[in-house]
Amino acid sequence: MKDSLVVSSSPHIRHRDTTSGIMLDVIIALIPATVYGIIIFGISAAAVVCTCVLSAIVFEFLWNIILKKPQSVGDFSAIVTGLLLGLNLPPKTPLFVAAIGSFAAIIVVKQMFGGLGYNFVNPAIGARIVLLVSFPTAMASAGSYLEPISKLGVDTVSSATPLMLYGKEAAPSLKSLFFGMNSGAIGETSAFLLLLGGIYLVLRKVINPIIPVSFIGTVAVMTYLFSFNINETLYFVLSGGLFLGAIFMATDYVTSPTTNLGKLVFGIGCGLITFVIRKWGNLPEGVSYSIILMNILAPQIDKLTRRKPFGLPKEG
Amino acid sequence: MEKERILSPVKKIGTAIKLPHSKTTAETETVRFNPKKVSIPMSMNIGAPCTPCVEVGSKVFVGTKIAFSDAFVSAPIHSSVSGTVTAITSRDITGNKIDYIEIESDMQNEPDPNLKPFEVKTKEDLISAAKECGLVGLGGAGFPTHIKLNPPKETKLDTLVVNAAECEPFLTADYRECMEKYNDVLEGIYLIKDILELEQVVICVESNKPKAIKKLFEMASDKRDKYDKVKLMRLPSSYPQGAEKVLIYSATGRVLPLGKLPGDIGCLVMNVTSIGTLYRFIKSGMPLTHKRVTVDGDAVLTPKNLLIPIGTEISEILDTLEIAETYEKILTGGPMMGTCVVDKSAVVEKRTNGILVLNPQKPITATPCIRCGRCARNCPLGLTPAKVEAANRVGNSDAYAELNVNLCMECGSCSYVCPAKRPLTQIMRVAKAELRRKK
Repeated sequence: MKDSLVVSSSPHIRHRDTTSGIMLDVIIALIPATVYGIIIFGISAAAVVCTCVLSAIVFEFLWNIILKKPQSVGDFSAIVTGLLLGLNLPPKTPLFVAAIGSFAAIIVVKQMFGGLGYNFVNPAIGARIVLLVSFPTAMASAGSYLEPISKLGVDTVSSATPLMLYGKEAAPSLKSLFFGMNSGAIGETSAFLLLLGGIYLVLRKVINPIIPVSFIGTVAVMTYLFSFNINETLYFVLSGGLFLGAIFMATDYVTSPTTNLGKLVFGIGCGLITFVIRKWGNLPEGVSYSIILMNILAPQIDKLTRRKPFGLPKEG
Repeated sequence: MEKERILSPVKKIGTAIKLPHSKTTAETETVRFNPKKVSIPMSMNIGAPCTPCVEVGSKVFVGTKIAFSDAFVSAPIHSSVSGTVTAITSRDITGNKIDYIEIESDMQNEPDPNLKPFEVKTKEDLISAAKECGLVGLGGAGFPTHIKLNPPKETKLDTLVVNAAECEPFLTADYRECMEKYNDVLEGIYLIKDILELEQVVICVESNKPKAIKKLFEMASDKRDKYDKVKLMRLPSSYPQGAEKVLIYSATGRVLPLGKLPGDIGCLVMNVTSIGTLYRFIKSGMPLTHKRVTVDGDAVLTPKNLLIPIGTEISEILDTLEIAETYEKILTGGPMMGTCVVDKSAVVEKRTNGILVLNPQKPITATPCIRCGRCARNCPLGLTPAKVEAANRVGNSDAYAELNVNLCMECGSCSYVCPAKRPLTQIMRVAKAELRRKK
């Protein structure tokens, strides 16, 4: 018989889900799109993704060492951030630009605001916007995108994002947009594989489908209302970073509302802003900006959509 | 026929946590446990502690009243063994001094010869029966039953909600009551219904107990129930179905307001074991002296249900069981809401329904909150534990009232689901205590 017993506060059992497990699930869900992006865009895409992931880990590691904080690399969140950033970059992004992106994501957006759980915008999106503004030529010019290898043999040629090609001769077909036989950022081309990853996350209960569905749905409805053209609607839903953003970035726990109603408001807001930027803005793509703007509103949405506690006396 | 008569919840709370059931003891017969001595605490429930009415050297029998209090909120205490009072001591285990009457058992388990059936004809009879029985809510809260039966004059009880949900993992004590003491529960339900002239009786049971559902369905279809007032309700097997507020909401659709008792909204909530115990007292005069306790946990190699005299020390129970020597934690109650035993001399009380002996678990390290919102989405009462924790972290205790922490019933759901393993329930407790201090 033991003499001393452990005494702790209830509950004495816990669910098996952990933060690192959730992050690992996100990484698993991104693998198909990542592998596919590397296959179609070749070695330069692989270099960009690897640079982003490795530098994100290194920055997180160094930050904790220098500030004498407990090491947080093990929660895999830096890998998710690096991976998402890499997938959001054009395949020919210079590697030093990719590394600066990781610095902006991990150090500026995430750690300077208090680390995991405290960042007010999604680090990968924050970093992408930093790069868009700081390196417009490397990031958004036609020259930084590539045509997929499978289509044109071994040599890769520069191309524009399909969003700018709609109605032109070079515009890819809906089928090639869905399966990702077109140019674009490394991870955003195949709506099909991103959808697959999204379904995995929903089945694993890592994400709730409300945000992706309302986000993509709003873009679809708005595009249709302004064109009355199913073809055009599908074209704009499938091209650009909409699937990647809606499934993997807008669903980031830290920067999206926690209530289901809040998630709906958030998703619709993202969809509306994306549509407005695409339709009337000067930018080729609005997904990142829409998410970052809604990120900032997330705490307010949360506050306004908080569940009413059970059995409170009526106010008044 | 069956489908019509088994009800589904009138209303559902938005949350449903699936817990591992671990109810390994469900199909084993209850075994009587005979301790050499018992130490009966004078305070086992909400309300005033009792004063001993026996002296050292007094000869007592099973069911002899040994302590009582004149306070309104209190319940008398009876000896759980026959034997001699050897000491009346004062122990200080959790910061409160509590008196204990120690009785050495003569192992004869002789019932008190003065016990006789209690005649119940009116509501007043029923209330005094509950009081004389020493009955308190046996589901875990330990609220004296006679007060539940006697709500303020302006309210009228119209519904009896029978709690057979037993939503805590491991525990099967209530389930065994349904299976073994079917008749006591059945008679108890009809007696209470008739004496209090209730509109309806809703027997609530979780869907993971098909055998109990069958038994209880027989109860609800009893011939006496001409106007079909006794109904069986099948609750989803999710946690915390058996919590009072949740149960009333499921059974009747009524919302129990903050700070009110179920009686204020016409409901009488009673655990199946409480009903069985009350009926046994009325039938035979034998008050609450024993508790059926599920002894289980991953360190117990021979889990079982024991019928244990109140006041039996846990160490004496553990001595008779096969237990892995590696254990490090002993709980009374279930794994979600049970409390740790500080010392093995702790005793079985009236409201004890489980003793769990647990092996060391993987150490839990809290990581930063990732705002996943699971704690809030899974709170049965719609609270936001993560916000309370954030307020606690920065010492902003002014936020507690606005976040309604006083609603929290400490069911443990928030801590259970948290992927960052943050001690949310514990902080809710701290916040509640702090809010109480401020008032």
